[in-house]
Amino acid sequence: MSQIRPLFKREFLGYFRSPVAYVFLVSFLVISVSLAFSRYGNFFKNGTASLESYFIFFPWLFMFIVPAVGMRLWSEEKRAGTIELLFTLPITTLEAVLGKFLAGWAFLTIAILLSFPMALTVGFLGQPDWGVMAATYLGAILMAGAYLGICALTSALTKNQVISFVLSLAACAVFVFLGLSSFTTTLESILPVSVADMVSNFSFVTHFDAFTKGIIDPKDVIFFLSLMGFTLFLNVVALER
Amino acid sequence: MIEVTGLVKTYGTKRAVDGISFKVNRGEILGFLGPNGAGKSTTMKMLTGFIRPDAGTATVGGIDVTVDPVAVKRQLGYLPESAPAYPEMTVEEFLCFIAEVRGFCNATAQRERVEHVLGLTHLNSVRNQTIETLSKGYKQRVGFAQALIHNPPALILDEPTDGLDPNQKNEVRTLIKNMAAEKAVILSTHILEEVDAICTRVIIIARGRVVADETPAALRARQPGARLDEIFRTLTA
Repeated sequence: MSQIRPLFKREFLGYFRSPVAYVFLVSFLVISVSLAFSRYGNFFKNGTASLESYFIFFPWLFMFIVPAVGMRLWSEEKRAGTIELLFTLPITTLEAVLGKFLAGWAFLTIAILLSFPMALTVGFLGQPDWGVMAATYLGAILMAGAYLGICALTSALTKNQVISFVLSLAACAVFVFLGLSSFTTTLESILPVSVADMVSNFSFVTHFDAFTKGIIDPKDVIFFLSLMGFTLFLNVVALER
Repeated sequence: MIEVTGLVKTYGTKRAVDGISFKVNRGEILGFLGPNGAGKSTTMKMLTGFIRPDAGTATVGGIDVTVDPVAVKRQLGYLPESAPAYPEMTVEEFLCFIAEVRGFCNATAQRERVEHVLGLTHLNSVRNQTIETLSKGYKQRVGFAQALIHNPPALILDEPTDGLDPNQKNEVRTLIKNMAAEKAVILSTHILEEVDAICTRVIIIARGRVVADETPAALRARQPGARLDEIFRTLTA
């Protein structure tokens, strides 16, 4: 497991060695903040000292933005042929998968945490509940990890980054739409309520919502962590195939 | 040092490697020859543990590559075809990364290894350039440097002189020759003069099978007076 460190370091710094990191960070922050201030977010109109109107868009935003980070993880290595170099170094597939995943996750975490001026703004304008805010940040970071797990997996399936992006987007969309009320109502009309409930339980939205209310429920944490574990396991399988 | 027995790999309906066996000892430089698509690269990829053989075994220093791939990879230096490297890294960053993965974690040991291979492969003038800006010859040398960084007992080089100018080719050959005394080296090539220049033994493969395994002198003796490429053509036709 000691070999994860150099792999993590290379991958993480790799984002910053190319313009990818800067383009990504700037567009992520601009888009997320403008959504909060838009008439859909009503950041000011709501008159509450919370970041709810900021984080409410995250499941949707991640659907597009995490695949942009994850699509290159393996596709790029396959296209450039460096995968042959990587897997003839004395490392196991699991170490490679973890090193890359953790680097991507760390990068996404930085992106999320860079929204701190929003939190400071709220703190300046009112008396927000800092506990709720911390829980929301934790939820967002965990959710980003789950999205990234899916994207890393789809990236391992193809050497074409465009295909990788579209596949990730589609897969992530499924996990978002499962929790939409319009979708669950339709589902409940066809399936027994218990089954429909189970299906909608797989949605990111359902599990993220609790965090935005300040509830850190172990079952939500476990949901995101186990989804990461499962996709990373499949990632290893896909690469060793 | 390196031993291959009955290696087989099939892609779909095409049998790329069909029961190849050979042995390489320390001090030997084995020239791996064959037309394009004969299975040279596939054999090397199986030997280095990058792809799994369908049948047969490959061992390096007595360790089976399918049983303990990491231990085998530790003993191997491998230069893949067309020398892939991370384009956004500088030569120095790239070599430091490889050194660290290869287990040179402490900074001084890492430094020392990187400086050593930079000197060996004459890369000092471009050490701070990103790899994407290098010419093909330099890229090839970066790949070569990467394969040598841990001073491996076995070296596998897939077309090491491909894309180099005559002077560079000569340099790389001298380098290989000088190291060969205590290493087992396999190098694949299209260039028949290379065989004469450095190899102590030649294996010619065609359609996934070994058609000749002998010294360059014995190969010449097959058709006295004929040029090497004529002998090559008769064997692989």
